[in-house]
Amino acid sequence: MLEFSLEARRGHFHLQCDGRFSSRWTVVFGPSGAGKSTLLRLLAGLDRPDRGHVTFEGEALTDTKRHVHCRLGRRATSLVAQQPALFPHMSVAANIAYGIAALKPAQRAARVDEMLALVEASPLAQRRPGELSGGEAQRVALARALAPLPRLLLLDEPFSALDGEASDAIVSRLQVWLRAHQVQTVLVTHDATDAFASEAEVAILHEGRIATIGPAPTALAAERQRILDRLSGA
Amino acid sequence: MDWQALALTLRLATLTTALLLVLSVPVAALCVLGRSRWLGLLEALTTLPLVLPPTVLGFFLLVLLGPRTAFGRGITALLGHPLAFSFSGLVVGSILYSAPFAVQPLVAGFAAVEPALVDAARLLGASPARIVFTLFLPLAKRSLLAAGVLTFLHTVGEFGVVLMLGGDIPGATRTLSILLYNQVENFDYAAANRTVAVLLTLSVGALVAIYAGNRPRGGSRA
Repeated sequence: MLEFSLEARRGHFHLQCDGRFSSRWTVVFGPSGAGKSTLLRLLAGLDRPDRGHVTFEGEALTDTKRHVHCRLGRRATSLVAQQPALFPHMSVAANIAYGIAALKPAQRAARVDEMLALVEASPLAQRRPGELSGGEAQRVALARALAPLPRLLLLDEPFSALDGEASDAIVSRLQVWLRAHQVQTVLVTHDATDAFASEAEVAILHEGRIATIGPAPTALAAERQRILDRLSGA
Repeated sequence: MDWQALALTLRLATLTTALLLVLSVPVAALCVLGRSRWLGLLEALTTLPLVLPPTVLGFFLLVLLGPRTAFGRGITALLGHPLAFSFSGLVVGSILYSAPFAVQPLVAGFAAVEPALVDAARLLGASPARIVFTLFLPLAKRSLLAAGVLTFLHTVGEFGVVLMLGGDIPGATRTLSILLYNQVENFDYAAANRTVAVLLTLSVGALVAIYAGNRPRGGSRA
């Protein structure tokens, strides 16, 4: 269970969000500029809110009232952004191993192999990020984020460089893996099909506020109608 | 050729460069990674020697390290000799005087590393020290080279601070710049030419090394 109440000002943009995500897979849907990435950065702990708290499974990760801000790396949270941000001077395998340096070498190597297999990137292990396509880089970034076995996974449109079929395949494989490892996931997207595709809890983010939370057919009813109107108009 | 002055100059420049790089890397990393508003003051202080006349800095250090201040008396009691007019004093003065030449290229190099990479490392639990060793130094190695070479050359050529703080003691504080000043003052232009040739060779050689290292391989600059 992920609970949060956050307030943050970024220039003219004002984010004021309250939410409780109880589903294992939650999709935050909203147009560009709605504050999706800002919300994920606050949940991940990369940025601090002006006021508010983030609680995951009963543990306070951030709480401005109590001056709590759990250190990154101790929040058991991973974030995969649209930009893969792979370390350019390291091989794919070294990138994936970066967050699991504390493991013994044999365990580390096994975990890297497991992650490479999960994202179907085993043949890329020794390549440098500069030699990868956009889709391959995003898959490796996902593998790197999963390697430390997070309990909370935050995805910021991480499959935008994959075509629809490849994206669907990786999402379905990922969902099986996440269920097996009991990882709660929050995926933000501006693409309604991502939200419709999964039987997820959907939160609609609009101008820095969460307008609705609920099952996809209910939460996205208005968006569905908009798409249908557009198609019938064409 | 005064080999003693050359050896002393090279020893001073090498020691200053090594110590200053060790000190500058964490300072530059703090300036880039830190969030405190006081870091602006830290960066300003490390840049101050760039705009301060060397004789002024030398005078401050002479007073600070001399018997007039408690700090100077404390250092003298600790070391058994005053830092002013000694090789150790020159090293301290050179570190302060050359600080901008080490800190500024490193700050620029570290700041040029994509913030998304730093965020990714932080999310994976990397400490600031690990970020420095695994991201900043490998990705900004040209800035590290530039910082090292500029510090070395600046120390080789420094005059005002050395004269104020160290005087002209052969084997202890007489560097090539002081030697050149003496040679010109004595109208020994032949010897001065030789000293200038050595200083010029060091400077040009080091700068060529930096620019050759910074050229993209296998093509012209885009």
